[in-house]
Amino acid sequence: MRLRPGRVIAVGLATVWLVIVIAPLYYMILASFRTQGTYLTANPWVPSGGLSVGSYSTVFHAGLGRYLLNSVLLTAACILLTVTLSLAAAFRIVRRTSRAVGAAFVIMLFGLAIPVQAIIVPIYVLIYKMHLYDTLFALILTLSAAAIPVSVLIMVSFVRDIPREMIGAMLVDGGSEWTVFRRLVWPLSRPVLATLAIYNGLNVWNNFLLPLVLTQSSGVAVLPLGLTKLEGLYSINVPAVMAGVLLSVLPLLVLFVLMRRQVMNSLGGLVAR
Amino acid sequence: MVLFGLFIIVPMIAAVVLSFVRWNGLGAPHWAGGSNWAEFFRDPVARTSVVVTAKVVVLSYVVQTPISLALGLFTAGRQRYRSVYATIYVLPLLLSTAGIALMWESMLDPSFGALTALARSWHLGFLQQNWLGSPNLTLYVVVAIISWQFIPFHTLLYAVGRRQIPAVLYEAATLDGASPLRTFWRITLPQLRYTIVTSGILMIVGSLTYFDIIYIMTDGGPGYTTRVLSLDMYNVAFLQDQYGYASVLAVILGVVGIAVAVGLVRFTGFATMASQQEGAA
Repeated sequence: MRLRPGRVIAVGLATVWLVIVIAPLYYMILASFRTQGTYLTANPWVPSGGLSVGSYSTVFHAGLGRYLLNSVLLTAACILLTVTLSLAAAFRIVRRTSRAVGAAFVIMLFGLAIPVQAIIVPIYVLIYKMHLYDTLFALILTLSAAAIPVSVLIMVSFVRDIPREMIGAMLVDGGSEWTVFRRLVWPLSRPVLATLAIYNGLNVWNNFLLPLVLTQSSGVAVLPLGLTKLEGLYSINVPAVMAGVLLSVLPLLVLFVLMRRQVMNSLGGLVAR
Repeated sequence: MVLFGLFIIVPMIAAVVLSFVRWNGLGAPHWAGGSNWAEFFRDPVARTSVVVTAKVVVLSYVVQTPISLALGLFTAGRQRYRSVYATIYVLPLLLSTAGIALMWESMLDPSFGALTALARSWHLGFLQQNWLGSPNLTLYVVVAIISWQFIPFHTLLYAVGRRQIPAVLYEAATLDGASPLRTFWRITLPQLRYTIVTSGILMIVGSLTYFDIIYIMTDGGPGYTTRVLSLDMYNVAFLQDQYGYASVLAVILGVVGIAVAVGLVRFTGFATMASQQEGAA
């Protein structure tokens, strides 16, 4: 590698950003191992002057385990629902059998542009009238619905690229539409479905507004909301709050380390497709 | 399909209808005609919110785009250390917005925060600020944190976009003796049009409806200096129970969002570009 001045500057600037990314994370990790007393007295950038894991047990006593469980349940259910629904919908749209299907697709594309914020009030009223207020089920339904337009769009553009001849051949050989779906479309689309699962899963896991509006009790609180509840409980106990934030990313971090390439390609490739 | 219809399409129509009624969420809604809409034009808080929202949108676009582009091009390189950089850059994407807000809130604490500590030990007085409580500063702090959160995502987009540019173009440019700067203007940027538009739409629509960080960190304060439109709507609806008027704000948000997205697509000739891409590939 030749050392051109341009390259040196580029690496230098990139390293500056690296520090900007890492410094807050480092600070948070360190702060989570303080006690309330040492947090106030010690230098927040230097790992000395007494570290402890006390905050971690504090947040578990405050119900973080419950929030974690809720988040896992919610995310799993949403992924399952959006992935199956969008694959099925995409298959019907591509193998279009009626006008209604085409019209439904156009309406769905329209939904892409609607921010959840803009329809949050009617969603709230609707959930309330359905007697689903303050349930995990309300979040599963609404978050899945919100994820469907993007998912269907991506699935449609993928299913459309499956060669027509392959489908035709299967039909000629006496296969039904259902066989085509099960034997051809489903196996082929598994990588795309993984992409969708990662993207939607991340969005659901981190969503804040819908849980804020649609739930209130601690029993159904998901992690992002639970963290702010923790902050309410321990507004002066910063280490506990930091420990809570760290524990809430831990599952994602583990998954990320295990499937780094897949995650990065998914997130980047999703829109570039 | 039913799910989508029930929770996206029905609320969309309902939002428009609600914007014409007066309703506190309990009794029967009353038809209010255009009075909610008239209220919007009289309400000084709403006017402030529109201005604040516009500032957030413009600032976060202006800040995020060049940084994401530069980092994207950097991480698109094939060198081993660059993929290490790229991996670390992604980390903020894993944190929830709530987590990011809480983290920065404690870092920016004026008495015990990390920046204050830096100010003390390195004698950098300017780091000692009331970051979240000063009318002149807080909006910029919020934009900076939004950028910290979303630049990683746009960096990924630009990196993917850069990798899709055929290497032949660069080889030809090198043979012709083009300088790196010229190559950037004549090849990289034009080839990235598609990515620039996509990332731009996501940034603008995203910051238009930005809510979480502002709600947690400043709740619109100090005063109304960071009260964006979506926060204003949340307060009007769920704290003041004026669902009708809140729906006016919601409809405005939705319409502006759609208009910006459609406008950008039209203006930049997104449709024709897409087909060019197909042709190139």
